[in-house]
Amino acid sequence: MSTMINDPRLESERSGNFFQRWRQRFSQSDLGPLPIVFGLIVIWLIFQRANDKFLSPLNLTNLMAQIAALGTIAVGAVLVLLLGEVDLSMGAVSGLCAAVMAVLNVEHGVPGPIAVLMGLLAGLIVGLFQGFWVTRFKIPSFIVTLAGLIGWNGALLYVLGDTGTVNLRDNFIVGLASTFLKRDIHNGELYSWIVGILFVIMFAASFIWDRQRRKNAGLQFRSIGGLILQIAVVAVLVVGMLLITNADRGLPSAMVFFIAVLVLFDFITQRTVFGRHIYAVGGNAEAARRASINVTFVRVAVFGLASTLAAFGGILAASRLLAVNQSAGGSDLLLNVIASAVIGGTSLFGGRGTVWSALLGALVIGSISNGMDLLAMPSPIKFMITGGVLLAAVTIEAISRQHRETSGR
Amino acid sequence: MPESDRTPILELRGISKRFGAVQALFNVDFDVYTSEVVGLVGDNGAGKSTLIKCVAGIHPIDEGEIWFEGRKVNIQNPKDATDLGIQTVYQDLALCDNLDVVSNLYLGREQTTRLPLDEVGMEKRSLEVLRDLSVSIPSVRTIIASLSGGQRQSVAISRAVMWNSKLVILDEPTAALGVLQSHQVLELIKNLRQQGLAVIVISHNLADIFEVVDRISVLRLGRNNGVFNVHGTSQEQVVGAITGAEFGTNNHGISQSQEHKEGSSK
Repeated sequence: MSTMINDPRLESERSGNFFQRWRQRFSQSDLGPLPIVFGLIVIWLIFQRANDKFLSPLNLTNLMAQIAALGTIAVGAVLVLLLGEVDLSMGAVSGLCAAVMAVLNVEHGVPGPIAVLMGLLAGLIVGLFQGFWVTRFKIPSFIVTLAGLIGWNGALLYVLGDTGTVNLRDNFIVGLASTFLKRDIHNGELYSWIVGILFVIMFAASFIWDRQRRKNAGLQFRSIGGLILQIAVVAVLVVGMLLITNADRGLPSAMVFFIAVLVLFDFITQRTVFGRHIYAVGGNAEAARRASINVTFVRVAVFGLASTLAAFGGILAASRLLAVNQSAGGSDLLLNVIASAVIGGTSLFGGRGTVWSALLGALVIGSISNGMDLLAMPSPIKFMITGGVLLAAVTIEAISRQHRETSGR
Repeated sequence: MPESDRTPILELRGISKRFGAVQALFNVDFDVYTSEVVGLVGDNGAGKSTLIKCVAGIHPIDEGEIWFEGRKVNIQNPKDATDLGIQTVYQDLALCDNLDVVSNLYLGREQTTRLPLDEVGMEKRSLEVLRDLSVSIPSVRTIIASLSGGQRQSVAISRAVMWNSKLVILDEPTAALGVLQSHQVLELIKNLRQQGLAVIVISHNLADIFEVVDRISVLRLGRNNGVFNVHGTSQEQVVGAITGAEFGTNNHGISQSQEHKEGSSK
């Protein structure tokens, strides 16, 4: 080691306690999700000042039910963006797959659970098809999915047929998103607490287990303070969410599905070989190829997963609205999906971001929409403010990136 | 020069390679021994890159023989080369900037404990590899984008040698680096020699070449133009062989090559 030159400017994160590391991260503009969490708090405080019902349990429970479908589709958008690609068809696919499910169930008498599975399968097939087209013919995903956006929207109208609207009555399908754990399920409040606390214990156990393994292996490990803080943040979020929702009708089932999707895809992207390969392809596809990663497989699989998530989001939305109509998955859904992923901190250039940005972004977009509705603001204002927030969020990201580059990081 | 009774780990005999009308390599000989660093130099278009791409399996050879560890081998694609233990670090390094050092060292070879990634095992082994090679990096969990050019080069080289490699080919390892960082990489190359690896270094920078290599092999217009032992050879002599200036004219590659071989084996 003595012959090596240590550049003191590069000695970051090697040592120091928890606070020193955070101070370092501040000076390097590597704040992770903090700016957007701060932004969300500001948005909430503004709306709370304008209307003191905004932060009430009733409204926050509504907010969760509102963002679940958007957030689920946004998880798919994050996956595609991690590759450095884009999927413009997600809105149209969500509408189409919801229509497939609805028509099968209502007009052909297919049982609810099977109709839902068929809807998800339709999403998977659409996604694999688009992924195949992107990789096989090397056409930019922007164009392939733009064609998809138009084409699948046409397919939606075709599937719905003359009536243009299919009303959902199946208990299973309606119950997917329209169930509130406390109101609709016997002992639902108790169950939600048991599951929530088990969830926190599992998280804590995995953090502690991870730390112990690193300690045993002689690697750097998290300080006790950092560990407790991390567990405390998770515990406060879970307990807070349950306290708020159980003061009203209880946790909306759609939110339960959204959280399950987040946890599942967090595991896939952060802890599995496939997830690592998604980041590798998004960061440097040529390097991934030379490291004998099957780049085509990763791309096709991610497009397939993204469209499946779009289908699931569409089904949740249909379940909540109790119907699928010609505007399903249309209007501003796609824009809100991509805005959510980007506001949450996922880079458009690939390789940077986590699935949690779907949650943060959907909360921001959903809060603005919900708050504006509470204040009875007209849509034009709503759109302009959402646009402004999107611009502000990507600007913060861009400035911190420039800062990273100029400071050599 | 290494003792004559040893077998070279890699020996190229009469390699020719043609791209359409262009004769990129003509009857080229080359060898490298274990625990040896050989510099491959030549002007732009001399055939250096073509030669290493032949060894790395990117361009199959048209004529000639490749011998590896005393056996005649057939290298048709990159996998053949890596299976033999030949690793190449190209100028672009092929690292994922958005991933940390551990992830890059294990790219495409990730270890798992059943389903989840074995982050602890990979990190432990990464630290060992980097320590053995005396590569200093702030933390193996820093992302590549945060490292200096020299550190990135070191990571790329470490990745090339950590999978039972026997021969490492480095394409312009110091071209984009400052003085301090070049020094870092040159020290690493010396370490590789100490660990018993064979190393081929392509470089335009003769000062760097002279600091780190044992022998220099010169290519000119697709042909051999001399092999020099760095001890007892001046940079001017090598420059002469690269440009052909030493002989006044520059259109007689073969005869120069012969003269040089005689000259260098004195």
